[in-house]
Amino acid sequence: MSDHPATKDLRFALVGAPNCGKTALFNALTGSRQKVGNYSGVTVERKSGQARTPLGVTLDIVDLPGTYSLRARSPDEEVTRDMVLGQRAGEASPDLLLVVIDASSMRSGLRLALELRQTGRPLLLVLNMIDIARWRGIQIDTEALSQAIGAPVVTATSVRKGGLDAVWARLDALVSAGIAAPLANTWAPPSAADLRKNHRAADAMIAAAVREPEKPDTLTTRIDAVLLHPVAGLLILLAILFVMFQAVFAWAQPAMQAITTGFEMISLVLRQTLPAGLLSDFVQDGVISGVGSVLVFMPQILILFFFILLLEDLGYMARAAFLMDRIMGGAGLHGRAFIPLLSSFACAIPGIMAARVIDNRRDRLTTILVAPLMTCSARIPVYTLIISAFIPQREVWGLFSLQGLVMFALYSAGIAAALGVSFVAKFLFWRRQPAPPFMLELPDYKMPRPRSLAIGLMTRAKIFLQRAGTTIFSMMVVIWVLATFPRAPLGSTEPAILSSYAAMIGHFIEPVLAPLGFNWQISIALVPGMAAREVAVAALGTVYAIQDGGAGSQLIGPVLAQSWSLATALSLLVWYIFAPQCASTLAVIRRETGGWKWMWVTFFYMLALAYLGSFATYQIAVVLGAG
Amino acid sequence: MTLNPPFAVAPHLPLGLAPKGFLGRIHSICVQDSQGQLPAAEMERRLIELGFIEGAQVQILHEGLFGRDPIAVRINGATVALRRREAMAILTE
Repeated sequence: MSDHPATKDLRFALVGAPNCGKTALFNALTGSRQKVGNYSGVTVERKSGQARTPLGVTLDIVDLPGTYSLRARSPDEEVTRDMVLGQRAGEASPDLLLVVIDASSMRSGLRLALELRQTGRPLLLVLNMIDIARWRGIQIDTEALSQAIGAPVVTATSVRKGGLDAVWARLDALVSAGIAAPLANTWAPPSAADLRKNHRAADAMIAAAVREPEKPDTLTTRIDAVLLHPVAGLLILLAILFVMFQAVFAWAQPAMQAITTGFEMISLVLRQTLPAGLLSDFVQDGVISGVGSVLVFMPQILILFFFILLLEDLGYMARAAFLMDRIMGGAGLHGRAFIPLLSSFACAIPGIMAARVIDNRRDRLTTILVAPLMTCSARIPVYTLIISAFIPQREVWGLFSLQGLVMFALYSAGIAAALGVSFVAKFLFWRRQPAPPFMLELPDYKMPRPRSLAIGLMTRAKIFLQRAGTTIFSMMVVIWVLATFPRAPLGSTEPAILSSYAAMIGHFIEPVLAPLGFNWQISIALVPGMAAREVAVAALGTVYAIQDGGAGSQLIGPVLAQSWSLATALSLLVWYIFAPQCASTLAVIRRETGGWKWMWVTFFYMLALAYLGSFATYQIAVVLGAG
Repeated sequence: MTLNPPFAVAPHLPLGLAPKGFLGRIHSICVQDSQGQLPAAEMERRLIELGFIEGAQVQILHEGLFGRDPIAVRINGATVALRRREAMAILTE
């Protein structure tokens, strides 16, 4: 069957157990030709990209969520099953399955391969991370293994140059020989007896084809003796989180300064070249003040993602889940929820989607419900702006910056709120159900590879820039128009913005938000802030820039410090801890929970917390004399 | 949750009661239906998928702070974290 239609690319799917290095292999195969996950809408559950073999054949490569078995137990494993079996609506079924197996721990991968063999689709086994296996003294006879399983076997090191040579050669050979048509599918969900049988079969294959070293590597165990120590382990986890948040604040400063300076220079050049008038106003107030004030936060967001990707690559995330299981269990959360919640520090959307790894519905819902309370990176611009304007830059105990401590307190408040809400949810919704099991493989530690870190960071930067270029930019155009028109009547002595639509809308909402200490400028900024939290900063930038009569490049921070009271600033900070100010998060909750109910539950409980929290903060601050 | 049945079949110590540092072999997997939220057959399959299978060597490497729970065990060349409650189904010898 070599006559596949030449017009359609062959589709190869990557399948493997969790932590077998599947994504690294995917990155190495597709290079920069992968599609970036689009968080605003549709599918992020599987990534696809194009690979070009040395002979010039283009392949469509699909990366599927890791699974131990096709017997799907959670939504992300369902994706893998349906895709492999070709049951996914609107998706072509894969022509070949690339079964990715961790060469240093092959048992679960081989068991999965045995199961996949029953689907009748052609297989190619990729023994991944062969360098680590060799370094540990594991010797694998790929010929014998290939004979035993009845499918070709190649070795790979995704992260090294030339590490995929064998894979490429084999892919070219397979494609030139023609990919066989699939045989009849005889797969059925395996019973415990089937699993035992497959496990024994995998053991037999390993016994025949693999020589394990006499002295096993104990490095991971020795590191774990410290990192999983009941007391020291928890303290180290806390210290890691603390360093992470201090770094977000301190390390990013030079880069942020550079970006600000850059925008100031662009603004200066434009002011000198553009004729004064509407166009100049639009570029200065709308584009530079608006989009620029958001782009400045890219260094902080990248530093945060750097830490999260680093901890993931190291293999620390599962350890964190282990350490946190009992603590989070007390609040009604599953240990596994730690990973989605930690990614929610970057953005609630991937966090909510990562909750798919939780197979139990009750745990999954609780995690989704509280994920938006974790301080996402879109809040960083808001927090940073207000903190730098209102909190003095001072050292505390000669060690920490006061601003960093306030930031840490805001993050802690988010965490505490998340734990509190999940505790309440446990009693409200599922008091009677017993706790579901916690079982999780702790992968061996691995040195993170700079290349895969770089690809991860590039992806994040791309998504952020796309957002700044599309959502944020278009919202800024709208805000600029609203804040500019109608123009002030001739001879008016007031700032022009006071006669604009923006002022009208702001004044209309203001009475509701006045008890929280919000003025009309904040009120108007919160409306586009629903599209994305950081837009509120851009909107404030534009509104105040126009109000101040086109001093476009002026920093927004000092302006706020003059026009708001400390009570208002604190109240707005508290508002941003809780408020459901993100339409895409709500949309993703609706999609992931399969209905409107949980989306509205999330929206209203967050709104209520935000209103009450800000109200209390403002009123108390005023009483204490900060009004 | 009742702890009686596993005790009744002693000398097969349930892994869930074993101390840190314990080293033994798995005798059998015996999931009590009343133990957790999952049906016993499903729980059994998941344990097997993680490598808990008759005859495999198992060692408790680490344990948590509160209630010495959860535990991290070495099984089949991999490290697996689970709660003591689930580990009650793993009978050792």
